[in-house]
Amino acid sequence: MSNFSKAFSSTLGKKLIMGLTGLFLSLFLVVHLIGNLQLFKDDGGKAFNEYSFFMTHFTPIKIVSYLLYASIILHAVYALILTTANKKARPVGYAVTKGEANSTWSSRNMGILGTILLIFIVVHMSNFWAQYHWGKLPYARYEMNLNDATDVQVTELPFDGKHLVHSQYVDTQKGTEVVVAKDLYKIVSESFKQWWYVVLYVVSMIAMGFHLYHGFQSGFQTLGFDHSKYKPLIDFLGLWVFSIIIPAIFAAMPLYFFFLK
Amino acid sequence: MNLTLKVWRQKNANDKGGFVTYKADSISQDMSFLEMLDVVNEGLTKKGEDPIHFDHDCREGICGMCSLYINGRPHGPKRAITTCQLHMRSFKDGETITIEPWRATAFPVIKDLAVDRSAFDRIQQAGGYVSVNTGGIPDANEIPIPKTIADEAFNSATCIQCGACVAACKNASASLFVSAKISQLALLPQGQPERYRRVQAMVAQMDAEGFGSCTNTGACEIECPKEISLTNINRMRRDYFNAKFFKEEEID
Ligand code: SF4
Ligand code: FES
Repeated sequence: MSNFSKAFSSTLGKKLIMGLTGLFLSLFLVVHLIGNLQLFKDDGGKAFNEYSFFMTHFTPIKIVSYLLYASIILHAVYALILTTANKKARPVGYAVTKGEANSTWSSRNMGILGTILLIFIVVHMSNFWAQYHWGKLPYARYEMNLNDATDVQVTELPFDGKHLVHSQYVDTQKGTEVVVAKDLYKIVSESFKQWWYVVLYVVSMIAMGFHLYHGFQSGFQTLGFDHSKYKPLIDFLGLWVFSIIIPAIFAAMPLYFFFLK
Repeated sequence: MNLTLKVWRQKNANDKGGFVTYKADSISQDMSFLEMLDVVNEGLTKKGEDPIHFDHDCREGICGMCSLYINGRPHGPKRAITTCQLHMRSFKDGETITIEPWRATAFPVIKDLAVDRSAFDRIQQAGGYVSVNTGGIPDANEIPIPKTIADEAFNSATCIQCGACVAACKNASASLFVSAKISQLALLPQGQPERYRRVQAMVAQMDAEGFGSCTNTGACEIECPKEISLTNINRMRRDYFNAKFFKEEEID
C-alpha cells in the first residue's frame, strides 16, 4: 500500500475525509442560503426561477455540484464506517454513563442528527432537485415592461415537453421583455403550504443547528487547526453563523410560505 | 457512612461477568475510594469469598495503575484526580455506587475491575522514545528551549498512562494518550530526528490495537487526571498528515 492510501485508511485519515467533506458542505450551505433568499422576493418567483436555471446550467457551478453530491455520499458512508468501527472498539458498554458531565449533547449525537439530515436531504432533493431536472414542471411566463421595472405580468403555463428550460427575449414593439422559465418556485411554494412538510423542514433545520454546533469546529480540529489565536473565531462562527443564523433563515422559508403567503 | 456497591465481577477474560451488589457499612468519609474497597475486600476474605480485583499501586496519583469507572465517569465524579485520590466525602451517605472496569476491545478484562492496558505499552514501544545513547551530561544551556515550549512539552509528559481517556471516550479512542506521548518528544529538539517516523508508527499501532477514532467530543480532556489538553490531539494530526503527505520518512 502506498503511503497515501495508508494515510486514508488510518483512523486519522478517515476522519480527515469526514472533516473535509463536512466543511465543504458547510461552505455550500452559505451559498445555498444566499441563493434561496430569492424566495422571499415578491416577484412571482422570477428571481428564484432564474437563479435555479443559472445554478443548474452554468458549467463551473455544475462541476462544483458534482463535488457536492460526492461529498454528501462520502460524508455519510465514512460516518457509517467510522461508527461501526467505534462500536467495535467498545463491544460491551457501560451500565451507567454520565456523558453530560464531560461532553456536549451534540458531540454525542452526531450520528442521529446526521441520519435526520440524510433523510431530509433525500426528501428535499427528490422533491425539488430531481423534479427540476426530470419532473414535469409547469412553466411561468414573465412579461416585464422595459420602462417600468415594477410592472411584471405573470402567467402560469402547463408542462410542455417542447419548451426550453429557460428562454428569454425582448419584444421591442411592445416594449417588454419576456422570460419563460421552469416554475420551480410554484413547486416550492405549494410544498411549503403542507403542514407536515413545514414540520419536516423545521425539525431538520434544528437538527442541522445541533449537528453544526459540534461539527463545524470539530471539522477544523480534525484537520489539525486549533491555534489559540483563531480557535475563538472558529467557535464563534460555528455557534452563531452555522448553528443559529443559517438554520434559522432556512427554517424561515417554509414558515414564510405557510403563514404569510 | 453506609453505601451500596454495584460491582462488576468477572472471573476471567472469557467469563461473561455481571454485577454483584455489596454493602459497604461504617465507611469513613476520610477514606480514599480504594481504601473503601479494601474494607469491603477484608469482609469478603473473612467470609471466605473471592475479593474484588482492582488495579492500584502508588495510591498517590502518580503511577496511573488505579482505574475504575465510577457512577458513569472514569475515576469518579471529581476533576483532575485519580481514583486513589478520590475521597469518600465526595459521595452521599446511603448512595448506590456503580463500579465498572474500563470498557474497550483494546483493554480486555483480566479479572473483575482489572483490565489489561498493555496495548498502551505496545504503542509506546512502536515509537515513543528517542534512539540515542544518553552519553555524558551536556551543559545546561547548550540547547536553548523557549519557556512556552518547555512548559507545553512538560504538560504532555505528565500523562500517567492510566487509560481514563479511552474509558471516557464514547468511541474508546486512545488519541489523548497517544498524542501526549507523541507531543512530549515532538516539541523538544531531542525528539526531532525521529519525529515523523514516530507519529506514523505510533498511530499505526494505535489503530492496530483496535482503539476507536476521535470525534472531538472532548470527554478525555475533562476526565484526564493530569488535564492533558485536546491541543495534543490536534498536534498529532498535524504531524501525522505532515508526515504522510509532505515528508520522506516512511514506515512499513
Ligand atoms: S492522557 Fe490523561 S487520561 Fe489518558 S492515559 Fe494519559 S493521564 Fe490517563
Ligand atoms: S494508584 Fe497510582 S495513581 Fe492511583
